[in-house]
Amino acid sequence: MAAGFKTVEPLEYYRRFLKENCRPDGRELGEFRTTTVNIGSISTAEGSALVKLGNTTVICGVKAEFAAPPTDAPDKGYVVPNVDLPPLCSSRFRSGPPGEEAQVASQFIADVIENSQIIQKEDLCISPGKLAWVLYCDLICLDYDGNILDACTFALLAALKNVQLPEVTINEETALAEVNLKKKSYLNIRTHPVATSFAVFDDTLLIVDPTGEEEHLATGTLTIVMDEEGKLCCLHKPGGSGLTGAKLQDCMSRAVTRHKEVKKLMDEVIKSIKPK
Amino acid sequence: MEEEMHTDAKIRAETGTGSSPRGPGCSLRHFACEQNLLSRPDGSASFLQGDTSVLAGVYGPAEVKVSKEIFNKATLEVILRPKIGLPGVAEKSRERLIRNTCEAVVLGTLHPRTSITVVLQVVSDAGSEARAVLTFALDNVEQKLLMSSTKGLFSDAELQQCLAAAQVASQHVFRFYRESLQRRYSKS
Repeated sequence: MAAGFKTVEPLEYYRRFLKENCRPDGRELGEFRTTTVNIGSISTAEGSALVKLGNTTVICGVKAEFAAPPTDAPDKGYVVPNVDLPPLCSSRFRSGPPGEEAQVASQFIADVIENSQIIQKEDLCISPGKLAWVLYCDLICLDYDGNILDACTFALLAALKNVQLPEVTINEETALAEVNLKKKSYLNIRTHPVATSFAVFDDTLLIVDPTGEEEHLATGTLTIVMDEEGKLCCLHKPGGSGLTGAKLQDCMSRAVTRHKEVKKLMDEVIKSIKPK
Repeated sequence: MEEEMHTDAKIRAETGTGSSPRGPGCSLRHFACEQNLLSRPDGSASFLQGDTSVLAGVYGPAEVKVSKEIFNKATLEVILRPKIGLPGVAEKSRERLIRNTCEAVVLGTLHPRTSITVVLQVVSDAGSEARAVLTFALDNVEQKLLMSSTKGLFSDAELQQCLAAAQVASQHVFRFYRESLQRRYSKS
């Protein structure tokens, strides 16, 4: 009977739960789904990470290649993110060129990388003006159940922490690059940006970590990306119902606690990796 | 009938927080607006602020493709063209921001199963070289935050300062809208 009501009046069904300050899957309004992370699973990539936020699954693979540095910044490398939402993850996506959702997510990740300065692009330069690293970060969603931005940001961070770049020297005589695969070093990750997403219901209620159904019923969404010092890299609110300053402050404090949870999980996982 | 209305507004207001020397100053660049300048779209406007100007055209309510129609409200579509080059991923992201903001305020339920298309063309773009740029869209009734898009790194306190400054500045913009519309409708 409840299933019938849910099909006919999904919003009303949802409101019944929200009145009791909980959600259909049993979570509180401020509770995240179980987060799991697994790094280093792709052996052919320089770095990789798989993140699961409840059912939402995103895998990130980082490949490093050589390129000539940009002419207007000869001492910088490149970090190129790309988010792919294939038809595999949800029935709403069709095969073909990237849809709007994938493009918006790619732009979001590019903004997070740029704003948070997670990697100093100067670290990726091998020889100024001649050779630099370009890191292709491919994020593929394997299962779409809402809150894709949080999962992508976490996957990207974990994968970048896992990246090992070989040492490269330029041979003076031949002017060719010589790669020493035996000597690898980790990237210098300067900050740890963590994203926290909220969905706004009926212009008043804020819930954290929305699932796919909740996102569909919501009247607005908000994503806050924070680093460890409490500095904000991104406050992304693409339209939807209005928020007062006080509600925004509540979201900020929730984002701070989420950052601590994610950082702890990340440190555990990094420590558990056996050194090669 | 072509109706041209050119309103100039030069707004400058100072709000300072006494103790801090870097208090939020609210000084808007000179802005101007021109309406109904294009003949083919159902509505058009050109907005100019300092050296940045954008031309907008609206078509609607019009026929909508069956695949895109929503049974109880209008389908809003936004197309943003940059000044140079082909539209890319950044434009798609901005289109999504603008579309969601407009969907929250446009009374789409008055025109179900129709489409409203907004086409924006960037004519000139004079950005800023600041450490961080925060863009907010606020509503005029309760000054609630409708849309937010940020670039760069900033602290929570700075965010609150910018939000307060934006709320003051939005009052000026709304007053400008009200005055220009009053002037227009008092003529006809």
